[in-house]
Amino acid sequence: MAHFTKATSVKDWLNQRLAIDTVEKVMASEYWIPKNINFLWAMGMVLVITFAFLVVSGIFLLMYYVPTVEGAFYSVNYTIMREVDFGWLWRHVHGVAASVVFLIIYIHMFTGIYYGSYKKGREMIWISGMLLFVAFSTEAFSGYMLPWGQMSYWAGMVITNLFAGGSLHADGLVEWIRGDYVPSQAFIGRFFMLHVLLVPLAIIGLIGLHFAALRIPHVNNQDGEEIDFEAESKKYLDGDKKGSKVMRFANDFMSKDMMVVGIYLVFFFYLVFFHYGFAMDPVNFDPADGLKTPAHIYPEWYFLWSYEILRPFNIDLGLILFGFAQVIFIFLPFLDRSPNTCAANRRGVAFKVWFWLMLSNMIVLTAMGKLPPEGVFSQIGLVAAIVFVAQWIALPFITAKEKKV
Amino acid sequence: MENSSRRGFMGKAFGAVAAVGAVGSLVAMKKTWDPLPSVKAAGFTTLDMSNYVEGVMVTEKWRGKPIFVLKKSAEVMEREKGNAAAEARNIKIGNDNFMVAIGLCTHLGCIPAFRKDTNDFLCACHGGMFDASGLVTQVPPPRGFDIPPFKIEGNTLVLGEVGPEWQAMKDNGVTL
Ligand code: HEM
Ligand code: FES
Repeated sequence: MAHFTKATSVKDWLNQRLAIDTVEKVMASEYWIPKNINFLWAMGMVLVITFAFLVVSGIFLLMYYVPTVEGAFYSVNYTIMREVDFGWLWRHVHGVAASVVFLIIYIHMFTGIYYGSYKKGREMIWISGMLLFVAFSTEAFSGYMLPWGQMSYWAGMVITNLFAGGSLHADGLVEWIRGDYVPSQAFIGRFFMLHVLLVPLAIIGLIGLHFAALRIPHVNNQDGEEIDFEAESKKYLDGDKKGSKVMRFANDFMSKDMMVVGIYLVFFFYLVFFHYGFAMDPVNFDPADGLKTPAHIYPEWYFLWSYEILRPFNIDLGLILFGFAQVIFIFLPFLDRSPNTCAANRRGVAFKVWFWLMLSNMIVLTAMGKLPPEGVFSQIGLVAAIVFVAQWIALPFITAKEKKV
Repeated sequence: MENSSRRGFMGKAFGAVAAVGAVGSLVAMKKTWDPLPSVKAAGFTTLDMSNYVEGVMVTEKWRGKPIFVLKKSAEVMEREKGNAAAEARNIKIGNDNFMVAIGLCTHLGCIPAFRKDTNDFLCACHGGMFDASGLVTQVPPPRGFDIPPFKIEGNTLVLGEVGPEWQAMKDNGVTL
């Protein structure tokens, strides 16, 4: 059918070559969204926007950043912060976005858990989402190395040491990852590569997969209702817009999405201009020193909960539980054995308690991870870590008993 | 039929070529991440052991890692007497006794601080503690400080070279 006619307009010319009308329909105007969803469903779009901010600010930082042991700290703290016009803006946008993106990811994840959006055909959405979480964690860690301050260096030391596997003593593996006995030039070089190229590529690919996984099952809704998208969209196209349970993604749903994004951006730039300090650790304003550990080493806030699961135990058990905590969320669609896809609060007492306990326990773990490991805090941390593991072990049993609602 | 078996053969042939290429490139990628020869060659440090003062902990550097050197006082030696684990870690040079160890916490690699008044080490990261001979007195660290490979040459200690004393420690499981 490679038969082309003289184009009547630019649009027609493109249409004959790229089928832009069809693409537009599939991706936007005939991509159907249920009406009964709330602002929590805008978090995906908020994440897309935040990722875009990270990319743009990153491009500008990249022009002056120097990935060497001698040059890195100076290029960030002097060149970019003081010499480059508006260099501080890119740095603060990048730092704040890197931190806030995790807040939104956690909200997005817990929304998914609350509404059961990982079930009945939506498993791949959940799995690709968790892979995005892993990729973002890698991205955040590798980026944290780059200013080559004290926290960069020592976080790099401690996290790469995890790969020795405790009693396995895989020191060769650790040295291979570092390219040296301790973090040094080879280390900066490879983490720089990961941060600016390989991991962002993986993230972009995974976002593509995440969206593709959404296309067939469509997004879930507040009531977990199974909507017949074919029938409802037909109703809509036949003119019964009110009676249909769905609406167009663009421009109808988009306008609501962008409203939420607008409010988010006000909050975001408030942080960037007036409150960026939370995203920059004061210890990291000292240059890296391999012979002096900072008094208290802790990761950024979004890693604290899993770090706290590592801390109260001896190294082997700690590592095993830490590994468990890292991967267990990905298995959620298969551990939840209940037939119900609806809000956690309506699934019966057991799951309702499970959900709210999981959420609050992770907040407790986060708080304990930040505090020094002493006295009563260690005890609370230990209990919270045990509760976390116990909840996951209990999940298949309590959900299997759940009655159909 | 003839065609499809020919395609099948071509597919397999390509698969074989691609598999060889894939293995080859994985080897190259792995090796590219290895520590460079220059990094490995710079792995020796010589310490003159007559320079140290009793009870003063000095941090040296070997392969970018901190090395704790503590010349033990008679009092510390007295306390260690009978403690086989501590005695096995002692390094004797002439008439002097030393603790020499990699100054990284065996938990996750922070540098513990020496506390002069109590003669021990405290790791601020997760609260691990070590005594003056480098043995753990408070978990989470799973074992005492590791002892770097060393060779005694008269009054000096060469770090990075394996001498008989270190080999014995390794064989007896005193260090990794
Ligand atoms: C930067 C990373 C991410 C981006 C850009 C992103 C983007 C999106 C977008 C645009 C949507 C559709 C709108 C919505 O329901 O919010 C969505 C849905 C979804 N995402 Fe993500 N997401 C990311 C990370 C994650 C993570 C870490 C998870 C957790 C495992 C996850 C799980 C889900 C689920 C379960 C849905 C379906 C929600 C429903 O059907 O109601 N996503 N995502
Ligand atoms: S690194 Fe020393 S106690 Fe964890």
